[in-house]
Parts: sequence; structure tokens; C-alpha cells
Amino acid sequence: MPVAFSQGFTPHPKISYASAAPTGVASEAEYLEIGLREPVDPEQLRLALDTALSPGLDVLDAVVADGASLPDRIEASRWRIELPQVDPDVLVRAVTVFAAADEVLVERMTKQGRRTFDARTAVISIDVDVVSPTPSGDSAVPCAILELVVRQVTPSVRPDDVLSGLRVVAGLEPPVAPKVIRLAQGTLTAQGVIVDPLDADRDGATIGGR
Amino acid sequence: MVGGRVRLGIMSVPSTSARPVVANSVWPRLEPLLPQVTKPIQYVGGELGAVVKEWDAATVRWALMYPDAYEVGLPNQGVQILYEVLNELPDALAERTYAVWPDLERLMRAHGVPQFTVDAHRPVGDFDLFGVSFATELGYTNLLTAIDLAGIPLLAADRTDADPVVVAGGHAAFNPEPIADFVDAAVLGDGEEAVLEITGIVREWKVEGCPGGRDELLLRLARTESVYVPRFYDVDYLPDGRIQRVVPNRADVPFRVHKRTTMDLDAWPYPKKPLVPLAETVHERYAVEIFRGCTRGCRFCQAGMITRPVRERSITTVGQMVQQGLEFSGFHEVGLLSLSSADHSEIGDMCSGLAEQYQGTNVSLSLPSTRVDAFNIELAQELSRNGRRTGLTFAPEGGSERIRKVINKMVSKEDLIRTVVTAYTNGWRQVKLYFMCGLPTETDADVLEIADMAHEVIRAGRAATGSKDIRCTVSIGGFVPKPHTPFQWAAMQRPEVIDHRLKLLKQAINADRSLGRAIGYRYHDGEPSLVEGLLSRGDRRIGAVIRRVWENGGRFDGWSEHFSYQRWVEAAAEVLPGFGVDLDWYTIRERDELEVLPWDHLDSGLDKDWLWQDWQDALGEYEQDDCRWTPCFDCGVCPAMDTEIQIGPTGRKLLPLTPVNGLKLSAGAQQ
Repeated sequence: MPVAFSQGFTPHPKISYASAAPTGVASEAEYLEIGLREPVDPEQLRLALDTALSPGLDVLDAVVADGASLPDRIEASRWRIELPQVDPDVLVRAVTVFAAADEVLVERMTKQGRRTFDARTAVISIDVDVVSPTPSGDSAVPCAILELVVRQVTPSVRPDDVLSGLRVVAGLEPPVAPKVIRLAQGTLTAQGVIVDPLDADRDGATIGGR
Repeated sequence: MVGGRVRLGIMSVPSTSARPVVANSVWPRLEPLLPQVTKPIQYVGGELGAVVKEWDAATVRWALMYPDAYEVGLPNQGVQILYEVLNELPDALAERTYAVWPDLERLMRAHGVPQFTVDAHRPVGDFDLFGVSFATELGYTNLLTAIDLAGIPLLAADRTDADPVVVAGGHAAFNPEPIADFVDAAVLGDGEEAVLEITGIVREWKVEGCPGGRDELLLRLARTESVYVPRFYDVDYLPDGRIQRVVPNRADVPFRVHKRTTMDLDAWPYPKKPLVPLAETVHERYAVEIFRGCTRGCRFCQAGMITRPVRERSITTVGQMVQQGLEFSGFHEVGLLSLSSADHSEIGDMCSGLAEQYQGTNVSLSLPSTRVDAFNIELAQELSRNGRRTGLTFAPEGGSERIRKVINKMVSKEDLIRTVVTAYTNGWRQVKLYFMCGLPTETDADVLEIADMAHEVIRAGRAATGSKDIRCTVSIGGFVPKPHTPFQWAAMQRPEVIDHRLKLLKQAINADRSLGRAIGYRYHDGEPSLVEGLLSRGDRRIGAVIRRVWENGGRFDGWSEHFSYQRWVEAAAEVLPGFGVDLDWYTIRERDELEVLPWDHLDSGLDKDWLWQDWQDALGEYEQDDCRWTPCFDCGVCPAMDTEIQIGPTGRKLLPLTPVNGLKLSAGAQQ
């Protein structure tokens, strides 16, 4: 890949990640931007990177970057949180308390030390999914599923912060580690729909395709 | 538009959907543990260059381990080479495993998850062979953790046909006696051909239906005369604790086991597909060995003694490997490795040729330059053509002229100062000087001369450059006597003596405040070196000490934050008196000429009489020249091993590369 390098004493390849998912979280929607020395066919680039990356890290689409910067197009994320061995009714009650609150203060260790911040305001929607089957497929064990849309703010409010909030307001303690998946991120419409941030760079047709 | 930006969408899927999980994978049980440990990415595998082969299609299966954390183990050349050589065989497979940190070890024990490979997350206990490469003896406790986590009995004597054959390799395997209880076999010397021969023996034995079980397989390995199987040898001791003799306990194994030497490195151009780590590691570069072996004759250097003779890789093969290695991996740094890289007969052409080829590409070249030689600076300038200036390190090793004669490091103080000043005048602002403390015959005065040398370097550097903006770092390592070197008979110094000398040196460096400010000072305490010395020259009785330390929680002994001197001292005090010996007996005791050393039955090719003579020459401060440029001095290796020096010049040159633009699709990046 003819990647471009930064100037200076120790040049670095120009790669920037927008709003990367936290460690230990699965994602179906991560975005990055790469500076290149010369134009290349986006589909060829997608294929080259996909070949070199690990199994399970799939490059779905590539577009030529234009217009607004990538971070400006990341306004919100949609997350799904699987909570094995949690009774869905218990989760519904906790979510109701959380949603009714104006502010839910939580704590997290950051690089700057322990910080306290509000985990409620950034949450645009929080719903218990009652219809979809358990993704893990184990029907003998109950599993509650939470769907969240969270606005991109600073400090960022992550799914584990919302879970901390549910513990604070309703004492929800998942017995086993939750499984978190980012389903989408991008610009947010007035209707609360998340739009793929690459859409604005596509000339009508999708280059990569899912 | 020149260049531009491209945006990508990426998906990293959870295991419940697309990641392929093989039949005997522990991944479904391991994955839930990973969010609870530090740097979980190191246990995930799937790197560029990694290979996952079908289990049932392979007859012979190796698990290869570097017994340290992923960040140290992944870049290890030895493991990468053997991994690739073995996976090229159609009916063999090799996967890698590394030491897991104590946080994951605790969780694995609690949840019954065994030691696993990072490639397909298969249990190490399922493999036919478990090969462990030891660069240092401080990895021994990690070996025990891995064996135990794998569910393999700790003692080789308790293993059954269902357990893998545990094979030790690497430089520490030249004295595997301290781990003789825990390993089934040890291989001395170069691994490329050794793993192929062992694979062949295991294949044949399995195809025949495993006749005679484990015992027969180990016997077949022992009969090669290049695989040491400790259980087939008995050690008898004298009443005073010294070894009386080491003899085979059955008729059909050899009295001595010989090291392997791979000749013609051009025929073994590995690694071809270097592993590209997912987690941060200690070296992120394409490393190519430009030659193997060294006959400079530094008397403390085990690597130089046990890897003789010198075998160069030709300039054209090096050029080809660099081109293919970079193309495959995308690395931006190339390391030209060897024990003394500036000694390659065509190093000048190699460096200028590579610098030319990669000019303007952001590829930087580095040369571990340890010789104190102005020529090194020319090379370093060649290599920094791209604007990136790597650090310069020189290793005089000894502070005084006298001690440098003892260790056979032939460099004068004047040479050193001239060389460093040349570096300063050529634009380097910082050089590193490496020394050892605790060398045989060393006095406080020898160590204090390091301060004089550093002061003069700064003084001369300031005078030559007219600038106060120059620095040097003095870095001190502890001397550890190693088997198969002239210093194998030497007494170590007690840690208190070493620490006292290091303190005196620090005071001496700072005695002149103006000069002292320009000198950085780094050192290691004497305590870890003493333990390394115990392990390096230990015999089978030390196995009980290692085991006790491990049972008391000893892990990652190469890491200062995990190493506990107290734990080793206590274990030695508990175990060794039962044998009539103690920690001092192994470390600060000088051996005499006729003592049977624990590794005498393991043949590195070096003639023991020559080693003793070289030890006497050391005490007499008599220097020994290099046999590449002066007549053979009869160290014994070439005739004993039927090998010869292989050096150039070949007279060939590197041709400029045709510039390649655009995208390159690396074929077969993933299998």
C-alpha cells in the first residue's frame, strides 16, 4: 500500500482511527482514514488490506476521502449488549429507572486517573430487545439484550459506562461478562437514525458492497 | 491529485459468527477470559505470516515456544525460522505458544483452560512435540508453568505415550542439565536441519504404529548422536559434591552428543514470511541474519564460542531476502543481524547497496554495531541516508586496558575516543557505551577506569564539536560465566561486591559535575546475574531448586518486576544442603582443570584443552587473534564438526530495484 508518511524526524504512516471501539468489544462498524502517496483504486486497496489483516478483521468498503473529516461524521454509535443469565424483566425495570433519570453519575479509570461523569445525557435511546433470539443460541440460559444509541461526547460514554449506570440506579449486576457489539456509527439524523459516514463520499453506487 | 486519502469501513466480528474455530480449539473457553486480562490481543493470533494447517492432514505436529511474553517472544528469529521450515513440510504442522502472564495463568487454572497455541488455540498437550527455545536460563520457571498448564507431567520420567516429547533448544541448551528432569530431549546448535531430522524420526515411528512407545522414540532420537536424552545418562558424584562422571546407562546411546551446524546459509533463506505482530513487541522490523558464528574470541561470549565457524550469507541472498521480506510484511525497518555485523566481508557494499535501493522509501536500516571501529560510523552514515538516525552503541566491555586483555576485547582507549569523537563530528549527539562488571580478575580500579573513559569521551567530543550538546550513556551489565567458554572455570563475584563497584563508579562519574551531567548511567544489580550464573553452570541437582522456586511463585525471572532474589536464595538453601553443596559452591567457586563439568559430555566442537589454555592466556593477559585473518589457533571446532569458515567476498553487487508503485497483493498472506 503506498501509504504516505508524516514529516519530521521519525516519520509515521498517516493512519487515523475515528472513535475506535474499546478493547474486548466486537464491532461491525469501525472506520479509519489512510493518507496515500498516490491514487489507488479503492476496491483494490480494500482487497489488499483485507488479505493482510487477521481472520475476523474484514475490510468491507473503501472510498476516496473528500469533504468533511471523518471525526466530524461520527456523531453517534448503536450498540448491542448481550447479558447472559440476566432475566429480561429485571433488565426492563432497570432500564426504566435509568431512562427516567436526568443524570446518572458513574466512575471510570482513565489515563488521567479516576473520573466521574454523567452516563445518561449522551444516551439517545436505550431499549430491551425482546424479540430477537439469543445470538449465542443457548436457549436453556436466559439472556437479556440491550440496544443503545449513544451520542459521541467527551469524555466518551461507552457501553460499560451505561452498564455502570444501570448498577448505580437499579443495582443491576450481570453474573457473567457481557458481550458488547457495536452495530453502527456515523451521522445522526433528526429521526435518530445513524447514517454510514462513508455514504457522503459515495457517488451513488457502493464501491465495496457488503 | 497526488496521493489523497481513503476511508475504510472495518468489521471485527465476535467468535459467535465468522471466526473459524478448529475442532480441538480452546478458543470458546479462552475468549470469555480475555476481557479480564492485560493486553488480551497478545493471545489472539492471526498475524500476517501465521499459518493454520489442518490437524488431521499432518502426521507430525510441533508446538514451538519462546518461554517469555509475546512481546519478547514473537520477534525471536529462531522460533520464526523453525515455524516456517516445519510448516513448509506437507505432512507436518507447527504452531506457536508464548508464556502467559500471571493474570491469565490464574484464570486459566480457575477455568481449566490449558496452555494453548496462538495460531489455532489448540492445547499444547495435543501435539507430538513441544519445542522450547532458550536464549537465557531465566526462562526455566516459565517452562515449568507451560508444561504444567499444558497438563503434561512436570517430570519427564512421569510422562506417557500420550504426552508430547518436550525438546529444549537455543543457546542455553548447551547445558540443559538444570532442566534435565523436565525435558525429554535437548538439541545443540543450529535448528533448521535438526527439526527436519527429528520430524523424520517421529514420522517414521508413528507410521510404524509407535513401536516400543515413548522409550523407543527417545532412543531413536538419541541414536542420531545430536539429540541429547538426559534419561539415558547417569551422573555420579564425588563425596565433595563434584561430578565423578556422566555415562550412558544403556549400551546403544553415544557417550557424547554433538552440536548441529547448518552450512551454506544461502540454502536456508529464512524467514521468508516474517510474522507481523498484532500487539506491540520489542522489535518490529524485518531481521535478516547476515552471518552466523563469530571468531573474535571474546572470552565471556558464549554465543561466539558455540556458533563457530563463521558462515556468511552472500550479499545477493541478503538483498533478495530483504526485498521479499519487506514486500511480504510491510515493515519499515530492516535489521542486519549477526554477532558482529560490521565483520561481514562485504558489509560496505551491502549497506550502500541497500541504502541506495531504499532511498526515499521510509525504510530504515539498522546494524547492531558493537565493534569500536571508525568503519562502523561510515556504515552508520550510509544507513542513515534516509534521514533516520539510529543510535550508535559501542561495546568496549571492560574499563581498563588490562581487563580488556583478559577478556580478549582488543581495543585501545585511544581508538575508542577517536571513534566516538568521529561519531560526534558526524552529527551524532548521543552514543551508548556498554561495559561489564564482575569479570574475572576485576578490581575496583578496573571498573573506575570506565568513568575516566566516559569523561575523556565527553571532553574530546566537546573540543571537537565546539558544542556542549553531546552526551554518552554508560550501560553496565553483570558478567555471567557460561558453559563452553574459557570463563567456564571462573569464580563469580558476590552481588554485594558488584553493587559496591557500581556505586563507586557512579560517584566517580559524577565527581566532575560538568562532565557528569553529560553522562547517563544505567546498570543492573548483581543479584539477577548470580542466579543466571547458578543456572548456566548448574547440574541436575539444580532442577530441584528451579522447581521449588516455581512452586513458590517464581515466574518471568528475566523481568525485574517479577524476579525475586530472595526466592532463589531460600530455595537453594532448602534444597542444596541435602546434596552437600550450596549456592556459593555453584557461583563464587573457581573450578580446577580436572573437574568434570556438567556439560563435558555435550560437544560444542571446542577442544577442552584449548579452552583451558585460553583461560590461562586470559589470566596471563595474553590476547588471541581472529582465525579469519590469522592462522588457525586450533580451537577444535572445524575438524571436530567437519566444518569450515565460509566467508566472501563474492565480488557481487546489489542491483538497484525497479521502482514498484501502487498496490501489491501479497499472495497467500493467510492460509
